[in-house]
Amino acid sequence: MARLKTIARRTFLIGSAAIAGGVAFGYYRLRRDPPNPLLKGLKAGEAAITPYVRVDAKGVTLITPRADKGQGSYSIQAHLIAEELDVDPHKVRIDPGPPDTAYFNSRIMDDSLPFATIDEGIMARGARGGGEVLSRVLGMQITGGSSTVPDGYQKLRMAGAVARETLKEAAARRSGVSRSQLKTKDGQVILPDGKSLTYAELAVEAAQLAPVTDVTLRPEQEWRYIGKKMRRIDIVAKSTGTQQYGIDIRPDRVMYATVRTNPGMGGTIKRYDASSAEKMRGVKKIVPIKDGVGVIADNTWRAFQAAAAIKIEWNDPPYPADSAGMWKVLENSFSKDLQDSRLRNDGDVEKALAGSSKPIEAEYRTPYLAHAPLEPMNAVVLYTQERLDIWTGTQIPVFLQAHAAKLTRLPEEKVYVHVQPIGGSFGARLDDTYALQAIELAMAMEGVPVKMIWSREENMAHDYPRPIQLSRAKGTVRDGMVESMSIDVAGQSMGASWFNRLQAPVPPGPDVSSVNGIWDQPFAIPNFRVTGYKAKEMVPVSPWRSVGASANGFHHASFLDELIHAAGADPMAELVRLCNHEPSKKVLQTLRDISGWKGSRIDDRRARGVALTLSFGVPMAQIVEVSDTPQGIKIEKVYAVCDVGRILDPVNFEAQVRGGVIWALGHAMNCELTYENFAPVQTNFHLFEAMRFHQAPEIIVKGLELGGEVRGIGEPPVPPAAPALANAIFALTGKRVRELPLNKSVNFA
Amino acid sequence: MQLTVNSKRYDLDVEPEMPLLWVLRDELGISGPKYGCGAGLCGACTVHIDNTAVRSCSINAGEVRGSITTIEGLGTPANLHVVQQAWIEHQVAQCGYCQSGQMMTAAALLSKTPDPSDSEIAEAMDGNLCRCGTYTRIHSAVKTAAQMMKGK
Ligand code: FES
Ligand code: FES
Repeated sequence: MARLKTIARRTFLIGSAAIAGGVAFGYYRLRRDPPNPLLKGLKAGEAAITPYVRVDAKGVTLITPRADKGQGSYSIQAHLIAEELDVDPHKVRIDPGPPDTAYFNSRIMDDSLPFATIDEGIMARGARGGGEVLSRVLGMQITGGSSTVPDGYQKLRMAGAVARETLKEAAARRSGVSRSQLKTKDGQVILPDGKSLTYAELAVEAAQLAPVTDVTLRPEQEWRYIGKKMRRIDIVAKSTGTQQYGIDIRPDRVMYATVRTNPGMGGTIKRYDASSAEKMRGVKKIVPIKDGVGVIADNTWRAFQAAAAIKIEWNDPPYPADSAGMWKVLENSFSKDLQDSRLRNDGDVEKALAGSSKPIEAEYRTPYLAHAPLEPMNAVVLYTQERLDIWTGTQIPVFLQAHAAKLTRLPEEKVYVHVQPIGGSFGARLDDTYALQAIELAMAMEGVPVKMIWSREENMAHDYPRPIQLSRAKGTVRDGMVESMSIDVAGQSMGASWFNRLQAPVPPGPDVSSVNGIWDQPFAIPNFRVTGYKAKEMVPVSPWRSVGASANGFHHASFLDELIHAAGADPMAELVRLCNHEPSKKVLQTLRDISGWKGSRIDDRRARGVALTLSFGVPMAQIVEVSDTPQGIKIEKVYAVCDVGRILDPVNFEAQVRGGVIWALGHAMNCELTYENFAPVQTNFHLFEAMRFHQAPEIIVKGLELGGEVRGIGEPPVPPAAPALANAIFALTGKRVRELPLNKSVNFA
Repeated sequence: MQLTVNSKRYDLDVEPEMPLLWVLRDELGISGPKYGCGAGLCGACTVHIDNTAVRSCSINAGEVRGSITTIEGLGTPANLHVVQQAWIEHQVAQCGYCQSGQMMTAAALLSKTPDPSDSEIAEAMDGNLCRCGTYTRIHSAVKTAAQMMKGK
């Protein structure tokens, strides 16, 4: 894995390769010198130059390697390729492709580097280049961090253009007409006399040619898809129950399985007694696995019943048994020796605090939260001594392949990961524990496909959650303005926990994720300091939609609102005044204008809160409007304004923003994981509801296209929603709620 | 045991206490109804029994009286139900995993209440969780489906 040090120069490489009966086009960046390991396999055809476009006798297939967990990534990837290739994305085949390091995500590491994602200074760019190399070397074919769009915006269009021109070149040679005279339309090359040749019939000839790489991307006036309302390629399947997810795969002779592992994650199993479970109807085998035991049966329900009947004793995992003990660990982590970062230190906070007669102090807390996608974790695995096939939804296919090879002792090239559409993830599919468990079971059933499903209860207990976080904040105001702000944050490192499970090196330097959403915010508070403290690892944790900023947005934007109120300023006016990043300022001003902002108090029964968080390079500002009703506080309306550089598909853009707001508000109002006896108390959706239909507000979305870098929109809607709501509750009731979920402190309708 | 699903009769040899959901999914290979919670909390498994929306995870196969319709029996890509047409028009689905259940609940609502008010929609749909947060479009799609039914 460590090819990093000798790799020197960056270059672009675009290639094509002959495949059985056709041609494949790929595009990727790499630093050559020494020879790129990917090129070694060239004779193996497809596996060598990794294709985004494949043309054979059956037609065109677009390869969309970023997983689709519902955010529409297959559709957007297909439209980006099609924009240049001139095919109808609804009429061609779409395939997520095999796991391959050439599909590396050059942007995934951006947010783990200690430079704000908008910082385009030399240091930042240099380091981001390093992140890119690191992610390639690690083979990070990862979907996450709202990175699909920034990563694919150029790359996929380029792949489409190269494929188009090469197919035209093949047509030129066959027809004797020069390439410049040819046009393309709907999967065909059109000759000047109106005759046409389909891409499929040109495939074999195109494979003989050197790919045409002197292409320029079409100017935006010629775009047919980008920026216009797109129709998702999966919309009919998902509206008729015909979309197949991983959980729906049912090969011949399939056996159904489930597992029970230590509900105190990371703890091992002491002993189990399966004597009564073994005798239950349909049970085929009961198998010990890592940290637990699995049941293979002829029906999922029978497997669930038998698993529940096994008597198990567990060993305790190495962290406190309950929530109170876990919070204690954070409370005791604000010490010099645990200080991990101070990524921001403007002005002189100490001096400002010393100079104030009444500094404001507050403590903010955010809980562990499960991802709990609606499709529980599952995988279908077929194991033989020759090969391993895994059908599962995953955001980390390359890692899964490596982990599976290690577990089965098969060479990596004998491990086939067939990536499936995913019924929600929010970060849950950035781990592969469930798939490895399914492999363990399949190894006990050689030659028989095994479909392993986690029960919802198993899923709630083994959903590597978002970490708990504790902030101690201080600040001062002077002359009606915010003068200083210091936030000390203690949390366990998400990165350390997750990277260790991936068996990847933890990125060097400070744990940025635990302070993102605070230190990198675009406000010029004269004295502003952010200090991170690394608590010891407790419950194993993972990235949760919008990662560090998901919690930190609440800590930062709530406390800023406290200071603004203490200064007696108008929240909107003071945010605009403090803002020192032009796109963020435009976002705030637009929000103010479209919402008709006239202060946080509308009348006795209605109030508003505002917050802005910059995350994943996107400034996102929101107003939450609440009312006081006899049933409790009701969220009436949300305004959400952001800048993503350019909106590729307005339909999906709006869906992602609304979904993100609902996600954020629902969890902020109603959800936490609390622990007793090492396990979460919340075992199913009755205790972890997030938002239901009746609580969903009207959401008015406005996306600005200020022309900067094109950014993804999956995560940025999340961070400012919770603080905007808490700020609205303060404006309505005078009560400052500093701990999530909010329903511990106020009643909601 | 005999069950009628999407107008087809099946003879089954299963425990009467097996939840209908697992009979449909694992015994009959009908995968439109989804497993989300197994406890009547999410609605992903919703089917109709004689036009009433039922959580198939929470009714035992042996207790079923009447004929069962799943999303596959509601309409097909070639022959869409109005609710499905409205769902496509509004591009409701994100991950889509909850949507079979959402549409089955919506179709049952509209068959009894062809012109539902906002609060009737909220009440009917409240038992169907959507982790992706598609509620605002579900609301619009139910309204559109009601309009389309009027036009028929
Ligand atoms: S699976 Fe039946 S209600 Fe959730
Ligand atoms: S669309 Fe994903 S759960 Fe509803």
